[in-house]
Amino acid sequence: MASSSLKKSKNFIFYNLNLKSKFLIPDRTSAITNSLFHHRLLHSISSPPSPPVPKYASYSQLNSAIFELACLRRRLHSTTSVSNDISQLAVEPTSHQVLDFPGGKVKFTQKLIFTSNSTEERVHCYRVLDENGQPFTDIDSSLKISKELAVQMYTNMVTLEVMDTIFYESQRQGRISFYATTTGEEAINIASAAALDSKDFVFPQYREPGVLLWRGFTLQEFANQLFGNKYEYGKGRQMPIHYGSRKHNYITVASTVATQIPHAVGAAYSLKMENQDSCVITYFGDGGTSTADFHAAMNFAAVMEVPVIFFCRNNGWAISTPVDEQFRSDGVVVKGKAYGVPSIRIDGNDALAIYNAVNEARKMAIKEQTPVLIEALTYRAGHHTTSDDSTRYRSTDEIERWRGDQNPVKRFRKWIESKGWWNDVAESEYRSSIRKQVAQAIQVAERIEKPPVAEMFNDVYDIPPKNLKEQEVFVRKTVKKHTEDYPSDVPL
Amino acid sequence: MASIFQGIGAATSLSSSTLFDSKKLQLCSRRSLSERKTSFVVVRAAGAKMDGGSSGIGGRADQLVTNAVATKADTPAAAAAASKPGHELLLFEALREGLEEEMERDARVCVMGEDVGHYGGSYKVTKGLAPKYGDLRVLDTPIAENSFTGMGIGAAMMGLRPIIEGMNMGFLLLAFNQISNNCGMLHYTSGGQFKIPVVIRGPGGVGRQLGAEHSQRLESYFQSIPGIQMVACSTPYNAKGLMKAAIRSDNPVILFEHVLLYNLKETIPDEEYVLNLEEAEMVRPGEHVTILTYSRMRYHVMQAAKTLVNKGYDPEVIDIRSLKPFDLHTIGNSIKKTHRVLIVEECMRTGGIGASLTAAISENFHDYLDAPIVCLSSQDVPTPYAGTLEEWTVVQPPQIVAAVEQLCR
Repeated sequence: MASSSLKKSKNFIFYNLNLKSKFLIPDRTSAITNSLFHHRLLHSISSPPSPPVPKYASYSQLNSAIFELACLRRRLHSTTSVSNDISQLAVEPTSHQVLDFPGGKVKFTQKLIFTSNSTEERVHCYRVLDENGQPFTDIDSSLKISKELAVQMYTNMVTLEVMDTIFYESQRQGRISFYATTTGEEAINIASAAALDSKDFVFPQYREPGVLLWRGFTLQEFANQLFGNKYEYGKGRQMPIHYGSRKHNYITVASTVATQIPHAVGAAYSLKMENQDSCVITYFGDGGTSTADFHAAMNFAAVMEVPVIFFCRNNGWAISTPVDEQFRSDGVVVKGKAYGVPSIRIDGNDALAIYNAVNEARKMAIKEQTPVLIEALTYRAGHHTTSDDSTRYRSTDEIERWRGDQNPVKRFRKWIESKGWWNDVAESEYRSSIRKQVAQAIQVAERIEKPPVAEMFNDVYDIPPKNLKEQEVFVRKTVKKHTEDYPSDVPL
Repeated sequence: MASIFQGIGAATSLSSSTLFDSKKLQLCSRRSLSERKTSFVVVRAAGAKMDGGSSGIGGRADQLVTNAVATKADTPAAAAAASKPGHELLLFEALREGLEEEMERDARVCVMGEDVGHYGGSYKVTKGLAPKYGDLRVLDTPIAENSFTGMGIGAAMMGLRPIIEGMNMGFLLLAFNQISNNCGMLHYTSGGQFKIPVVIRGPGGVGRQLGAEHSQRLESYFQSIPGIQMVACSTPYNAKGLMKAAIRSDNPVILFEHVLLYNLKETIPDEEYVLNLEEAEMVRPGEHVTILTYSRMRYHVMQAAKTLVNKGYDPEVIDIRSLKPFDLHTIGNSIKKTHRVLIVEECMRTGGIGASLTAAISENFHDYLDAPIVCLSSQDVPTPYAGTLEEWTVVQPPQIVAAVEQLCR
């Protein structure tokens, strides 16, 4: 076996070294050879593998015996193992240069080198359109986007933008209690949804209403949830923007950060169990990647080989915490490698890049039954929520800059206009139409009555148990007795 | 299949509507099974779960078995369980049997936890299941309780029925976020759109010198979480029955097992049976005092009961089994008879099951009490490792005897 011939070669080397002076005692040629060799060895071990043959060849004249050995080695293993062997022997005899540890074979090194905490260059970012919405000439145009799809994507992005503005304002006016905008992340929302199939389950964080919008959630349904009226699917139990819709395969938003990531892995596990031809996608922000749930879920997904897309919206801010205070790695994409998950970094303000990447990731996830990590670099151009004023921790210049040319809606608009699929007239018509519709939806939702008190006690369990029934009776009695102290628009 | 459940009237925690026609259940005469008059309307048209505490099946658990035997088509009608030989097994085997039967019955049932696969589980509850059902259905997870609990919740939302095993209940503290915020809440906050039919189970309680961190009584921490149900098993018979009921329930159920009870031996019926999740078990009827207990303390109580009987007392021992919600029906009827209550638990004095039970009883049955409720619990200390000290943290039979004597003065 390899080990016995190794042994033979080792003895040969040892013999040769012993013949010459010891490593430390200068025999000019051998010392040079050894030290130079050593140097080369160190270099080849710590850097990515490069073909070592030429280097050793130049030293062969100095030490033909070793070179011969190197030749012998090359036939058995890569020559780096030769280097290992020689340098090891030069220092101290060992019996193996490779050991089969639990988890796989590992090569040894004598160089006490720590891998650096950062690479010189950050992982490159996939982009299709430039700031002016023009595709780079050498892009891979394997994916053709039809006019219908492009216009549909664009109009959805505009709807999202308009919806955000008006709903945000309505919170400011006191008509709804809370809102969180998706400003700056419209491309992420719409383009990723467009690349998925409607039966792919979505596990959102809370900044992805665009995915629901793409799937057909109406403006009225959005407004109903925000006002918590009796028609909203959550039955008035959750905060605004905590949308959820079974028929759109969109799991109800929970306020807890990143708890949806293990849920997504579990859902992907169920797909794998049932052998389904769909995948699961989960969204989270840069802040969410610090949580325990993110790390364990990534790890699990890799171990279990399940079809889940981890989509990280790295928008630079977790409320007031900038990314350099969140982690010190090169963003989130490098974490994929650590867990054994294929990953990619993409431009989160480039709708086409997102579309392509998610499309490809989906195919990969389903066909190879693997998780995929996508880090979309973008910017949270709005406040965290209506409870936040981000100008308190970042400059307005920075915000304005990102709302400018990098704005995903503007960039995509430039592209579709350059294709002749859109123009100013269409734009202003569309925007004003959406504005009217949103305003209308708000008006209607505002006037619909709230869910009845019974809904406070339903769905805690599948059937209300005795104690909840008693509690409900008590609440009703109290409200009846003190009607003036309770809201009048909540039916009993 | 439907006929069995029709017979087991109170075993309506089988809330999965695919099991049987809920209307049929409405018609089934629970009155014929219960010893007491029940005045609760327990079944809603939409679902099939009984009210907590209103499951007036009362009486002895073997009545269930009788009916199961009588209504099962392919077995000869037998009057009592005693006529059937049954089979003897240990508690952990009973759990496994229940689990296996449910996995056989419903392909959506799966198990996930640490070392549950080929290792068979640290207490061998899942032994043999991985070779039979495959690595995916009996899933070995990495060490991240928050995440595999979250995974189970996600899988449940998609239609699977996962059983999440905590190697020791104490480890589920890591999963508290998922259990409280998601497991208990998502059915509610989603407006009923997504249900979470998970079973979270594992051994807890004070063992034999397992150390403070591995001697946790999680039932006291979890009891506040809205949306979950908690049950504690104590015998092979109820272990199997509760396991099956928990798996069939559409609510998230936490099944508390006890580290020291896994090797209990008992003969259980051969035919299939499912117990009611919200029901307490009458262990020993009596007249003088109601002793409420659950899990391992049941055995300490029964040991004390022997001494008490010799001293001339007649304690009524009830294993409450359902920790959330309490079976106030059974408990109430007992209190109305004896007028004295002693609660024996393993939880710590502060904020334990006993504390909640004391409050619930005071609120509901104050007028029937002749003496203040006495609650014997462990002290508010981390469980010491030293064997003697550990013994002193747990309520022992002599203490129970003394408490009853005090109560019945």
